[in-house]
Amino acid sequence: MDAEVAVATASSWPAILALAQRELVRFFRQRNRVFGALGQPIIFWLLFSEGFRGQQFDYAYFFPGTLVMILLFTAIFATITVIEDRNEGFLQAVLVSPAPRWAMVLGKVLGGATIALLQGMLFLALGAATLGLASSPPDVAAALALMAVLAVALTALGFTIAWRMESTHGFHAVMSVFLLPMWLLSGAFFPGRQGWLGWIVTLNPLTYGVAGLRRYLRFADAAPVPGADPSLKRPVLTDALPQAATGIDALPAPAVCWIVTLAFALVMLVAAWRIAAARTSGDLK
Amino acid sequence: MHAAISIQGVTHRYGARVAVNDLSLEVAAGEVFAFLGPNGSGKTTLFRLLSTLIPLQRGAAAVLGCDLSRNVAAARRAMGVVFQSPSVDKKLTVAENLQYHGRLYGLAAAELASRRDELLAAVGLADRAGDRVETLSGGMRRRVELAKCMLHRPRLLLLDEPSTGLDPGARSDLWHYLSRLRQQDGTTIVLTTHLLDEADRADRIAIMHRGALAALGAPDELRREVGGDAITIETDRPGELATAISDRFGVQPAVVDGAVRLEQPEGHQWIPRLVEAFPADVRTITLGKPTLEDVFIARTGHRFFGGPNDSRENAQESQEE
Repeated sequence: MDAEVAVATASSWPAILALAQRELVRFFRQRNRVFGALGQPIIFWLLFSEGFRGQQFDYAYFFPGTLVMILLFTAIFATITVIEDRNEGFLQAVLVSPAPRWAMVLGKVLGGATIALLQGMLFLALGAATLGLASSPPDVAAALALMAVLAVALTALGFTIAWRMESTHGFHAVMSVFLLPMWLLSGAFFPGRQGWLGWIVTLNPLTYGVAGLRRYLRFADAAPVPGADPSLKRPVLTDALPQAATGIDALPAPAVCWIVTLAFALVMLVAAWRIAAARTSGDLK
Repeated sequence: MHAAISIQGVTHRYGARVAVNDLSLEVAAGEVFAFLGPNGSGKTTLFRLLSTLIPLQRGAAAVLGCDLSRNVAAARRAMGVVFQSPSVDKKLTVAENLQYHGRLYGLAAAELASRRDELLAAVGLADRAGDRVETLSGGMRRRVELAKCMLHRPRLLLLDEPSTGLDPGARSDLWHYLSRLRQQDGTTIVLTTHLLDEADRADRIAIMHRGALAALGAPDELRREVGGDAITIETDRPGELATAISDRFGVQPAVVDGAVRLEQPEGHQWIPRLVEAFPADVRTITLGKPTLEDVFIARTGHRFFGGPNDSRENAQESQEE
């Protein structure tokens, strides 16, 4: 295996890029996938923000969480196509090609992560247009970089889950008992810093991605959401909740956000590579 | 010069079931070689081992001199693999499929482009290059697959059940293109098949039965070994005629489906003798070569398209593989 990797390393980039590019081409040829991954989070964003209006949570508050949800959904849906690749036969040709298994993993993950990042950027543009972005250009660049790392981590997570699955049916269960709770408990939806919930939020690697984006993406307070009453934006409840529970200062430091998110991506990439590296008869459908 | 394929003492198990049992053989470079066997005979497992889809468990195998346990990457570069269920991406166009596949094999852009056009012309799909594969017929998809696998000029082409799911027209097309490619590049062609007429196109065949080799040789040679030519006489009284032939010539004819059947070498010399001896009894008399199915029966004692035993094995194989 080591010799195999060594021989193929230099020549693997064309294979990786070809596989990644194929992901993009396929994605944009299936329009329903484009709207599917973007539509639901935007609806959630509207409903949550409107539903909690009058309390402390508004469009700006829910924005980073929704952004992460878009990354999560797109990344996951992009990588579970590995199940289709296997069932439709495409995968077998990749498996017997000289491209090593890790190149196949990287191609799939880079392709999926690029799609997720593009969707995230689209939503960011929507946020900037409706809320007015108040972040400095370096902060926006940092947010985009963090989004890219998060996209890689989540696509690799999706790959690891999907690799051994025989059909997409099993994936719905994983989505509702693992992935959605992971998103809910990442500080995307509520701060959740007390009790056992606080522990889960602290241990959840996604928390640091959401926190980082919350730090980098600030919206002009003055920019009103269409139809929103500006007088309701900072209402009475502000005093009731301790400022530390929701304020920027309570978030993990930027360095912590970066370290945890990068480690998350690395661990997931290694997991995806390890699970795909073994040649077994389970590689066939 | 290395053998195209060399297999020594290869055994493969799925759990307790032995799919390939201590198999040894060699395929020479430039040959068309077929592994013939019913479902469950182990030929699919052998294809998966040779194509490097699954790793060797016991024994040694080499493809074009590249050992399959030590030098998988080199073996993969040296061969092209055509799968039974096409590995083409239906959402991509014909040209895109070739393009991506070529990049997987590390082909440079210029070479890839010229090779792509050359092969699409060779398999008669130049005018469909821009069409998505999902709009093509099964036969055309198989030809895209074939073109795809020839891109990197493999010296060995490995095909799994190439004719399965194709109508007779598409089948003979495929072989037409296959032999054209073979003439151009001198590629060794190794295939698995359960179709007797397809195996007949090979220079040599290995007949597989329950994971082991039942026979190995050129189709004609194998048929000759069965016992020469088959003479079939249609008559109104087969039983009496068979006895009469036996009494007169000292041979043992059989009665099969209401006809008298006699297997003898130099069958054509028997025809005038039989007709002259029993002019009133012979309605029609035909001379035929034994089929590969006769070879299979003679070597294994089983019918090719099997009884209840075989179908149980099939179910097991499709479950476990």
